[in-house]
Amino acid sequence: MQDASGAVVAFEHVTKRYGGPDSAPAVDDLSLTVPAGEICVLVGPSGCGKTTSMKMVNRLIEPTSGRITINGDDVVSLPAVELRRRIGYVIQQVGLFPHLTVGQNVEVVPRLLRWKPKRMRERSDELLELIGLEPAGYRDRYPNELSGGERQRVGVARALAADPPVMLMDEPFGAVDPIRRERLQNEFLRLQARLRKTIIFVTHDVDEAIKMADRIAILRKGGILAQYDTPAAILANPASEFVERFVGADRGLKRLSLARVRELDHIEPVIVRAGEDRAEIRRRLDRVEELTYALLVDDDNRPLGWIDQGDLTGDGAIDPGAATPGAPTVQPETTLRDALSALLGSSVQLGVVVDDRERVLGLVSVDAIGERLRAPVRAADGELHRVGELGA
Amino acid sequence: MDWDWIVRNLDDIGQRTLEHVLLTVIAVAVGFVLSFGLALLVRRYRWLTAPIIGVSGVLYAIPSLALFAFLVPFTGIQNPLTAEIALVSYTILILLRNILAGLGGVPADVIEAANGMGFTPWERLWRVELPVALPVIVAGLRIATVTIVGLVTVTALIGINSLGSLIIDIGYRRFFLTATIVGSVGAIGLAVAADRGFVILQDALTPWARRRGGA
Repeated sequence: MQDASGAVVAFEHVTKRYGGPDSAPAVDDLSLTVPAGEICVLVGPSGCGKTTSMKMVNRLIEPTSGRITINGDDVVSLPAVELRRRIGYVIQQVGLFPHLTVGQNVEVVPRLLRWKPKRMRERSDELLELIGLEPAGYRDRYPNELSGGERQRVGVARALAADPPVMLMDEPFGAVDPIRRERLQNEFLRLQARLRKTIIFVTHDVDEAIKMADRIAILRKGGILAQYDTPAAILANPASEFVERFVGADRGLKRLSLARVRELDHIEPVIVRAGEDRAEIRRRLDRVEELTYALLVDDDNRPLGWIDQGDLTGDGAIDPGAATPGAPTVQPETTLRDALSALLGSSVQLGVVVDDRERVLGLVSVDAIGERLRAPVRAADGELHRVGELGA
Repeated sequence: MDWDWIVRNLDDIGQRTLEHVLLTVIAVAVGFVLSFGLALLVRRYRWLTAPIIGVSGVLYAIPSLALFAFLVPFTGIQNPLTAEIALVSYTILILLRNILAGLGGVPADVIEAANGMGFTPWERLWRVELPVALPVIVAGLRIATVTIVGLVTVTALIGINSLGSLIIDIGYRRFFLTATIVGSVGAIGLAVAADRGFVILQDALTPWARRRGGA
């Protein structure tokens, strides 16, 4: 994978009317440029033309006037079908082909492009690996044998198959439950950090927009662009009352979505495994002032639960049954806002930071998040903001 | 039951069975091709749906005897064409409805994904819509075939050879019960075999629809 494999996508005075010249436009004179390798999130209430705008890029919908270019080339310079084979497309309901296996689904566009079988096979294995589905176990399954999250990941792999510079994603994580959505978002951000595609991402969820976007385009009813800027800048300086209302009254809390768990200083946990000596664990916990809990993990370093210092009386081996289960786990890509909400819901108020295989990386505390609120944030536009000072 | 007659006429019975199968296969095959063409036409020109379904429904509703009586003056008695025209017209409603239902049942997200990934309409039809619609289409073929196996017996009335000839020409006209039983059991056997055959065919063609659950 090369870096910044994306292309610049530009809307130039794009208007779409579904009726005659006097009808109300669905998209009204939209001009914006998405830099190569960035995620541009189109967000707005229903009827704001966000999906229409996205679908004009691969010409599922043709604009009434104006033009759209990819790396300077007008999208109408290619036949629509050829254009679409060069643009990744992911939709909310995924739309995997039920009669094809996972491997064949991923190979759909390469097959349309008449790649050699060996190359297709190598590519689909590579992509399944990339999205964390073991090719040997998954390539011959049918979509109805997958979970919702797995289907969504296969949908992303399928869109990436021909290595398109541009991807269109229409509420790609809208159909999964909130916990899985958070994981899929994190996974996708990790993937994007490597692939650096240009992505046009449609959602109606402001929180998702703030989390995923390098730039957000907020559209209002009638397809009018209300503001186009980085998430930090939009939260700091909403361009209009509409944007302010759309972003929500809890802008203060939303600013927490601008920072990620990986930006916090992690606390080194006291890690114990089943069978370790109680007295020894007590000694180790005593050495760490800020911790009154030890973290019980399994053989693969995955968290099992907390062991309270107060319960560590006597001698002998630790009993795994004595652990309080349900340590909230967060990932480095989790926003501080989601992390805070996960932590506040648990009795220990410590979060376990885990990698994509659920292995422990460190701990974060509610206090650390609070402290981060008072420290400057480097926003996506490169400027330093003090989170507490952002906005009105 | 005159077992001796059966043994003596085994060759004839086999011949009638073969003719029965042939009449059925031709009727279903021609009916399928016509229905498929009509289905494509209806997809292209939606307004044709009601008239085409209407006409095939009327054809389906005409009693088979009446249809033969109507056709004989044009195509003649003892002409297999007379029989096939009638038989084919009965398959159309069943097959057309199932093809349309199958294609109409392809999930919208699957179609949208196919369009978004750059399938031409023709590629989409052959590589996505038809395979996904296959279980419903095969179900239609199954019903049509079983129906036609039964109807073919009636064509004996206009002098077409089939298992129906055993029932009508020998069993009915000569009051010979054994022939009636042999003809009926044969026709029922063919219908059951065709039915089972399509179930096996469908399982073989659509492994994805069979396996459920999993991870």
